[in-house]
Amino acid sequence: MSDRPRPTRGAYAVLAFPVAMLSVFFLSPFFIMLAASFYRRIEGGFYEPAFVLDSWRRVFSDVFLERAGFSIWISLLAGAVCIAVAFPFTYFLTRMRRRPHVSLLVLVLSALSLSEVIVGFAWSVLLGRAAGISNILVWLGVMGEPVAYQPGFVAVLLGLCYIAFPYCVLTLYPQLSRLDREVTEAAQTLGASPWRTFRTVVVPIMRPTIVAGFLLVFVFTLGSYLIAAILGRPEHWTLSVFISDQASFNANVPFASAMALLLTVASLAVVGLVTVVESRTRRAA
Amino acid sequence: MRVLRGALTALVVGFLVAPLVIVLIVSFNENRYMDFPPQGLSLHWYAELWNDPGWRSAIERSLLIATTSALLAVAIATPMAYVLRAYHVRLAPLLYAVGILPFMLPPVISALGAQVFWNATGHIYRIENVIVAHAIFFSTLPLITISLAMEQLDPSLPEAAQTLGASPRTTFRTVTLPLLLPSMITGYAAAFVLSLNEYIIAYLVAGFTVETLPIKIFNSLRYGFTPTIAAVAVVFILIAATVFSLFALYGNLLRFLGADESVLEKPEAR
Amino acid sequence: MTARGGLRLEGLVKRFGEVLAVDGVDLELPAGKLISFLGPSGCGKTTLLRMIAGLERPTAGRVHLDGEDITDRPPHTRDIGMVFQSLALFPHLTVAGNIGYGLRIRGVPGERVDARVRELLDLVSLSGLADRRIQQLSGGQRQRVATARALALEPRLFLLDEPLSALDANLREQLQVELRLLQQKLGITTIMVTHDQREAMTMSDLVVVMRAGRVEQVGEPLQVYRRPATAFVASFIGTTNLLRGRAAGRDLVRIGDRTFEVAGVSGDGEVVLSVRPEEARLLLGEAPDGNALPGTVVFVRDLGEMFECYVDCGLDQHVIVAGSPRERLAVSQGQPVAVGFPPDVCVVVRP
Repeated sequence: MSDRPRPTRGAYAVLAFPVAMLSVFFLSPFFIMLAASFYRRIEGGFYEPAFVLDSWRRVFSDVFLERAGFSIWISLLAGAVCIAVAFPFTYFLTRMRRRPHVSLLVLVLSALSLSEVIVGFAWSVLLGRAAGISNILVWLGVMGEPVAYQPGFVAVLLGLCYIAFPYCVLTLYPQLSRLDREVTEAAQTLGASPWRTFRTVVVPIMRPTIVAGFLLVFVFTLGSYLIAAILGRPEHWTLSVFISDQASFNANVPFASAMALLLTVASLAVVGLVTVVESRTRRAA
Repeated sequence: MRVLRGALTALVVGFLVAPLVIVLIVSFNENRYMDFPPQGLSLHWYAELWNDPGWRSAIERSLLIATTSALLAVAIATPMAYVLRAYHVRLAPLLYAVGILPFMLPPVISALGAQVFWNATGHIYRIENVIVAHAIFFSTLPLITISLAMEQLDPSLPEAAQTLGASPRTTFRTVTLPLLLPSMITGYAAAFVLSLNEYIIAYLVAGFTVETLPIKIFNSLRYGFTPTIAAVAVVFILIAATVFSLFALYGNLLRFLGADESVLEKPEAR
Repeated sequence: MTARGGLRLEGLVKRFGEVLAVDGVDLELPAGKLISFLGPSGCGKTTLLRMIAGLERPTAGRVHLDGEDITDRPPHTRDIGMVFQSLALFPHLTVAGNIGYGLRIRGVPGERVDARVRELLDLVSLSGLADRRIQQLSGGQRQRVATARALALEPRLFLLDEPLSALDANLREQLQVELRLLQQKLGITTIMVTHDQREAMTMSDLVVVMRAGRVEQVGEPLQVYRRPATAFVASFIGTTNLLRGRAAGRDLVRIGDRTFEVAGVSGDGEVVLSVRPEEARLLLGEAPDGNALPGTVVFVRDLGEMFECYVDCGLDQHVIVAGSPRERLAVSQGQPVAVGFPPDVCVVVRP
């Protein structure tokens, strides 16, 4: 690794383009947001340079913290549900023969690439009263009257799980597929049933990966916008909905900026945690 | 365990497929209103998607944004992935972290950042703003695929080219670049598909004037349901499934996703 | 200890899609012995071992252990101990955790697990390393932990899948002897898969030579070396000279324009003879009439403990003659010589 050559002048020149693009369009906005969070908001739309603490005071108000708390709670819940299902699923997946293995991955990737708006729409249909699950049940004669399951908490949770599940599978996939088959076989020759092998060998070895997957799903759902907007009532809205609501058409950019910075710090903390956990796994492996 | 495995797999497949199936059924419904079972089959809503100028221009706009922003994303990612892996750059870990950060943070942050940035420049509500914002946000994907390819690249190949008289520039063009091409295409495709589906960044940067397909869908949902939405959704699903199936057929999907195939293939090899 | 772990394999077949990995194997393996499955890679030896362990379902055939049909038993109910090629130590457990795993999941109380682990650590000379992490061990230490783990439950069958392949040559030789002594001490029925004929010769009571999914020969190591049944066995185990000719009546073989006297030949079909390089004789001067071929020295190499001489006798391959430096003759490249093949060293093998 360390025997790679020192960069030439040409290499630096080549590197200049991406570095400039990221600095201008990704890093500099953070400074603008930081500045904007202290600006004064003008009624009816825009904002003017100033140094006021209104937005930060609002961020740390009870009402807002309660909203943030709800966001965090539903994201944690979605993360827990996703991991509980995705971990055994991915484990089974990596032990399948090539054809079903690839087909399931294509399905997962297709779900991954679906727009949040389409996922939200599809679940609103599925959980709705016009052409959803309850209509199928009525049609089958199981139920008398069609019922709407959305908007509501469970609908939001289902939607969040749907968009996060593919990401969860994809973060677990590399490590699980690298788990040496002989390790699980060794447990079996020592008398462990498949279920016992899963519990006493696979899960403990994969614990750091599970933690990393859980945290990534958490960050990911924290950032989702449309699911809560489509499938939830206002009391189910997440931080992202608030931020974009405040920001859309420049209604209150200073407040949105303060919230976004708070979300950035929280997400960076989580991402940093994941990185530490992952590097520790890699060292252990 | 075998029962559990079958049941769990069935549950997951059902969960992932159910919304897609219901949308498919609704899109072929003859009736303007959603109902179940459907009253009759028709391709009417697909025709409308094609004929209605509003939907059609939204599709064209989204395709324009996705093709150009994915191209820009690859243009940002390739030099970065190449230089950071081919040379010993002191700040490499930091630069790489900045490169993957946009996608790791909630998109609403990039969205608001882009919004305030363009507000500050005064150049607001333009389609190119969306293209740049998408390119930055999704450049993480080609950065990861190309970096992985660089890691797997046998370092003796460029060296072999140099002993045969190729200059560093010629070596890059005739050896390294062709070997990186599959990973560049993979990264492009991933950025393309996700850009096509992206809502919040496009909305905050220029949602008022540049109506992309996801924005159009959400707006239509707000004003009430039309089966055209279902038809759009079906088209999207088909595009995504096609792109990834092509990956699976022509590329190495499993390795792209990080599988170690020497482990995966063991049972067949014995 | 009464010998247990007698194994009978009956018509075992394993097919992976198009590939026939094991193509009908019938074997009777005695209890208490160390048996090697020896063959080149891809010959089906590992698949055969995995079917015995229950890690692979046979496409056809049965596996009987001590008279009981265990073909349909899953691996965790088979009472076996196995050392894997990768060793497959649990990275999340310590040395003691690995060795005691099988006992603990059976609910054996903690003190008894500890006592047994100590006993096993002594057995494999790793006392004092109980609390080490697997990552802190050397290759040889890991190998010993894997062995101890597999033996912890006193299994009926001890299975070794290329157990020493990850180690360097010196350590491998040392552990071959250690493992063999351990096996003899415990009297446990052991099956080892290997592609290394020296390893098989060092350790085994019985060698099963395999090729392309079939058994070529079963026998004691020296018997397999001295009396190979087929041309494949003769050339896979050690080096040999294969001489092709035709039977020319009772106990006579015609090779080129020379007649050889070889016991056990009759009829007039094609005959292949195997003669080990150390059994062939280099003769100076004119070739005698029987059991010798004239030729020219093309290459000589001196390996210190022995010397080898390559002779072109007009056959499809050079004849190799080996001898100790003591009896080294003054030969040089290009010199005309003769090679003698005494009747008692010519082994008739199946082609």
